[in-house]
Amino acid sequence: MMPVLEVSALCVYREGQPVVRDVAFSAAAGERVALMGPSGAGKTTVLRAIAGLERHVGGVISVSRPQTFVGNETDARAIVPKAGIGMVFQFHHLFDHLTALENVCLAPVNVSRMSRPEAEREAVALLENLGVGHRMHARPSELSGGEAQRVAIARALAMKPLLLLMDEPTASLDPARRDELAATVRNLSADGTTILTATHDAAFASACVDRVLLFKDGQIVREGRPDELLT
Amino acid sequence: MFRAFTAIALLLAATAAGAQQSVELRWGGDAEGGAPFVEADPRNPDRVVGFDVEIAALLAEGLGRSPRFVQAGFTTLDASAARGDFDVALSGIEDSPARRSRLAITIPYYEFKEILTVRAADGARYRTLADLRGRRVATLGATLAYDLLLAAQRDVGIVPVTYEDDVHPYSDLAIGRVDAVLLDYVLAERGVRRNPGLMNQAAAVGVGYYVGILARENSALRDRMNDILRQAMKDGRLEAIFRKWKMWNDDQPALYARLTGADVGVSETVSAPDVTSGWDAAMRYLPALFRAAGITVVLSTLSMAMAVLLGAAIATGRVYGARPVQIALTSWVELIRGTPLLLQLFVIYFGLAAVIQLPAFLAALLGLGINYAAYESEIYRGALQAVPGGQLEAARTLGFTEMQTLRLVRGPQAFRFALAPMTNDFVALLKDSSLVSVITVVELTKQTSIFAANIGSWVVPGAMCAAMYLAMSLPLARYARRLESRWRR
Repeated sequence: MMPVLEVSALCVYREGQPVVRDVAFSAAAGERVALMGPSGAGKTTVLRAIAGLERHVGGVISVSRPQTFVGNETDARAIVPKAGIGMVFQFHHLFDHLTALENVCLAPVNVSRMSRPEAEREAVALLENLGVGHRMHARPSELSGGEAQRVAIARALAMKPLLLLMDEPTASLDPARRDELAATVRNLSADGTTILTATHDAAFASACVDRVLLFKDGQIVREGRPDELLT
Repeated sequence: MFRAFTAIALLLAATAAGAQQSVELRWGGDAEGGAPFVEADPRNPDRVVGFDVEIAALLAEGLGRSPRFVQAGFTTLDASAARGDFDVALSGIEDSPARRSRLAITIPYYEFKEILTVRAADGARYRTLADLRGRRVATLGATLAYDLLLAAQRDVGIVPVTYEDDVHPYSDLAIGRVDAVLLDYVLAERGVRRNPGLMNQAAAVGVGYYVGILARENSALRDRMNDILRQAMKDGRLEAIFRKWKMWNDDQPALYARLTGADVGVSETVSAPDVTSGWDAAMRYLPALFRAAGITVVLSTLSMAMAVLLGAAIATGRVYGARPVQIALTSWVELIRGTPLLLQLFVIYFGLAAVIQLPAFLAALLGLGINYAAYESEIYRGALQAVPGGQLEAARTLGFTEMQTLRLVRGPQAFRFALAPMTNDFVALLKDSSLVSVITVVELTKQTSIFAANIGSWVVPGAMCAAMYLAMSLPLARYARRLESRWRR
């Protein structure tokens, strides 16, 4: 089976110093992969590089078709994959001036050129599936951490990504909410979405990922199933 | 011993009693008025020269004091004299009933005619004010000529345009911004001399007199000055002064004969309207004040709209532009913020007149708009940078272009951050718009000062003017606060 995500020889530089070195892995359609390891190991940086948010990137990142970042000090923004990747940030980064529903509809209407009623219908369905349908008219400042998390997931999913990147998704959730999120992630992958999550949370990873990549000092040091690595 | 002590005590007492009043004659004038009245000596700018300077010296000599010049703006001479900032003001000040009612005035020392100046090509067309229906006629604010123009506005439909100085009416006439100037003979002569292509109509539109003005309680000093002036009329010293400044003519001997023959005033010859009580005058001026307030509102609103658009463009260039664009825009903003608005208005209206003749209102709009755009751009730049970077990254991962991110995510939030400082700026602009009176736009403050000059008091006009400004600015501030609290949810 053709992998949805293929990363090889990935390096990321900050102020000329490599913070991620020679990282290579792939993920198949519907696969759930966790990036784990201590703080500063490079997990989030790998996610940001795949999302096109890092400036100085070398190596090859392919999302369903090859997208090549060449050189090691180039401005990578020019060759960001335009579609196929969604990202959920640790601090959500919802648009403060819009309601939950408007946050979810903004990109489908303005980027995908979907009609507003259709975008709203899909957004409402997404929010309801994620259990925050009743909060659709609230603004970000009125949402709890868990609600904001789920609105941010809905916002990313509204663009129908092949690959969903999640940075520390359980950081603002209590244990009950964490189990709900694990169930959500399993459902999403059942629909074919590939999920890559950077997390510290071993319980969450055990509950919902197929594979764990263990990072240390910007490199992958071990790789395996959660029951092999997290016990 | 005792006598020496007494002498010293007396001397000290005399000094304490006000060396300034007794030793110096403090006289006020406006050196901006220029020659031949009062101007800075081209050879020594610390000194003033002019016929009023020599009359002040003549009065000081007669009083046994030494003259000392005090600079004051022409339009504030009356108020300064009444306050006692100086003993007497001499600066080509016209006799008028309003002045008589609130100040002590000397006998006239010069008679002048109000003269209509036109472009030579219009000499046959515009002979009198009646020929100038619907045309713009310039003069100096708060003068007899201005009163004559107001009367002509009612009677024959001319459009009066007031200036704060007596140089620009003539230069604007030469370049066609106005079609005639009505001012006294002395100024008209000078205006024609300095601006080729202008001519003075021979027939006088009115007659007026220059007088010295003193605080009302100084009538004893005024009487002594009158004696000195009469003496100078008789012994030819006044004639010598006016001959020296090439102002002597046949009108003066007749005036002097009238004044030295018998102790009569010249009130019957002054043709300005009567002074009425404060409230009657207030009612009479109310429509004009409302019109002027309308100008203030329209001018401020349009300037603010321009400042917002231009400021947003500058801020966008400074945040998103290439390095040279950023440097150019930053320099522009610093240039505008670092120089006075008054200077910018002068440059746009008078300085650019050789290249492009902007109508006064448009020049005022541009001046205020450009000036405030610099301040707005700083606010917007700060507001754009206050939108969290994480949201901009989120927008990028969703596939928005930079332009879409600005339009849909960054701009709307920045606007909310900017709203409170913008409202403050609009209120400030509303008040700064009063500066445009220097380029002949009569807005609320200018109209108020004309009103105040006419009734001789700032109390009622000042209160009315303040009430109008507050009526404009308070609802604005309230509206902004409401918007803000709605967005803060």
